[in-house]
Amino acid sequence: MLEAKNLEFYYQEKQKFNIPDINLAPGEQLLIIGKSGSGKTTVLNMLGGLLKPLNGEIHIDGTSLYSLKGAKLDKFRGKNIGIIFQKPHILSPLTVEENLKLANFFSGKPSEKIDGILKELGIYDKKKSKVTTLSEGEAQRVSIARALANSPKVILADEPTASLDDANAATVVKLLKEQAEKFNAALVIVTHDQRVKDHISNQITMGGLV
Amino acid sequence: MNMLKLSWKYLVAKPLNTGLNILLLALGLAIITVLILIQDQFENKMTKDSQGIDLVVGAKGSPLQLILSSVYHIDFPTGNIDLDDATALTRNRLIKNIIPLGLGDNYQGYRIVGTNYDYLDLYEAGLEAGERWKKPFDVVLGHEVAEKLELKVGDNFIGSHGIGSSSHEHDEHPYTVTGILNPMGNVLDKLVLTSIESVWYTHDEEHDHEKFEAEVAISGFPDPGDEDRELTSLLVQYRNPMAAVQLPRMINSRTNLQAASPSFEISRLFELLGIGIKLVQGLAIVIIVIAGLSIFIALFNSLKERKYDLAVMRALGASSGQLFLHIILEGVILTFLGALVGMIMGHLFLSIIVSLNEQGAISSLSASVFLVEELYILGYAIVVGILASLIPAYNAYQTDIAKQLTKS
Repeated sequence: MLEAKNLEFYYQEKQKFNIPDINLAPGEQLLIIGKSGSGKTTVLNMLGGLLKPLNGEIHIDGTSLYSLKGAKLDKFRGKNIGIIFQKPHILSPLTVEENLKLANFFSGKPSEKIDGILKELGIYDKKKSKVTTLSEGEAQRVSIARALANSPKVILADEPTASLDDANAATVVKLLKEQAEKFNAALVIVTHDQRVKDHISNQITMGGLV
Repeated sequence: MNMLKLSWKYLVAKPLNTGLNILLLALGLAIITVLILIQDQFENKMTKDSQGIDLVVGAKGSPLQLILSSVYHIDFPTGNIDLDDATALTRNRLIKNIIPLGLGDNYQGYRIVGTNYDYLDLYEAGLEAGERWKKPFDVVLGHEVAEKLELKVGDNFIGSHGIGSSSHEHDEHPYTVTGILNPMGNVLDKLVLTSIESVWYTHDEEHDHEKFEAEVAISGFPDPGDEDRELTSLLVQYRNPMAAVQLPRMINSRTNLQAASPSFEISRLFELLGIGIKLVQGLAIVIIVIAGLSIFIALFNSLKERKYDLAVMRALGASSGQLFLHIILEGVILTFLGALVGMIMGHLFLSIIVSLNEQGAISSLSASVFLVEELYILGYAIVVGILASLIPAYNAYQTDIAKQLTKS
């Protein structure tokens, strides 16, 4: 489902990131652990089609990600990859429901699953709320819901628990796992948060530079 | 959800900013709308009112004043002319017809015009009620006069001396309304029409009641009897194109009368007014440019706050072209609404101006006329919107997603 081989990336040539190969089947989960500066977010960006690696290849569901160009890559990302950021980044002029509908609009998928997802994540009663009225935990659940809105094949989460308290952090990780299993999607969580470690056994540690 | 709705949501999220930009643009466009409406209607009215009148002959003075007073009934007459001089002119071969006018009185600010049936026929005026005047002191009212003053056929009223309202009244002879004209949409609507005789007899010192019962002249000039009679001006129709060349020169040089061409004087008037109109137009354009700048600055600034939002949209599958469109649409929606509000404001302004001027040239304008030119305004406004949002939209187009999203 998700396959990354021989990835290479650096911001300065002398400081190349040491990037492990990744190979995940549908429904499989992976935790990438590392200190800040270890390049783990960079890896996630590359997996999400947001940052082109200098070398190497990424295949999602048989498609070579960076052989797609421009709008095609954008559409592919919208359809197949759900990304959860460290901060929720909910679009504030829109309601919760509209945020999810926007994801459907950009990827061109129908919006029939929205109610179900919101119910599953326990934020159905916030459907018509603006993001400013949500708590931190609720906002992060909305961003998970938005990542799931297009039934993605790959779910990428960048430090999803960083700004949450223990209870909320545990819920969020649990939700991510459940939903990834439900959608039969490959799940990659990047974190330096020790609280997440116990939840996912398949782990890679990214340490330092080459 | 679609692009239009998305842009709209972002505009609504900043109601004050959005409102101010719409208002600013609307103000500029409202001024333009008012100018277009006034210009078009004035020109329209001016040509309509002077239709069929080739030349106006009156006392020496300002030719423009002669035209304004005799054709449009808005300025004071230049003076009176001798009936003998006028009669002499009727013998000219170049003239097809002469309609005499006797001005100088009013009723409640509406001018009483002494003339003959030719004047009614010139404008093809039909009667809504009653019949044309037959005897001295019979009058036919323009539609608006009858409506505003609530006069009916058979009513009497007393005219006042002078062109404007008030001044002393001619208390001796009440006028009798014998007819009311159809709504004409031209200068006749605001006139009280009667025979030349009525105007003469009102100003006589002694009253010969026999004359008052005699029938008035329905064409040509009335018989002056043994008195020295005067007219105010003459509306002349040419017999052939040659007349346009020879007649004005002949009258102006060889008689103590003055001849003025309505079309020439009116184009001269528009030339004079044109400077003022250009000035106001310039002001409006400056306001529109400022509105465009203001929209540009608003979009440009909001883009800084929205870099994340744009990057998130990209992460959700939006192409850079869609982000470009997203910002352009915001500019276009703003200016489209600005144009709509501006047009409504323009028509509102005009209706206020018109309602504040019950009589005179402005009162005949209508605020409920819509012109094709107003659609051009909409087009220009949208162009302003696109221009103002072009640079911000290009910035949005270039959003570097990964950089934006990792920067917290």
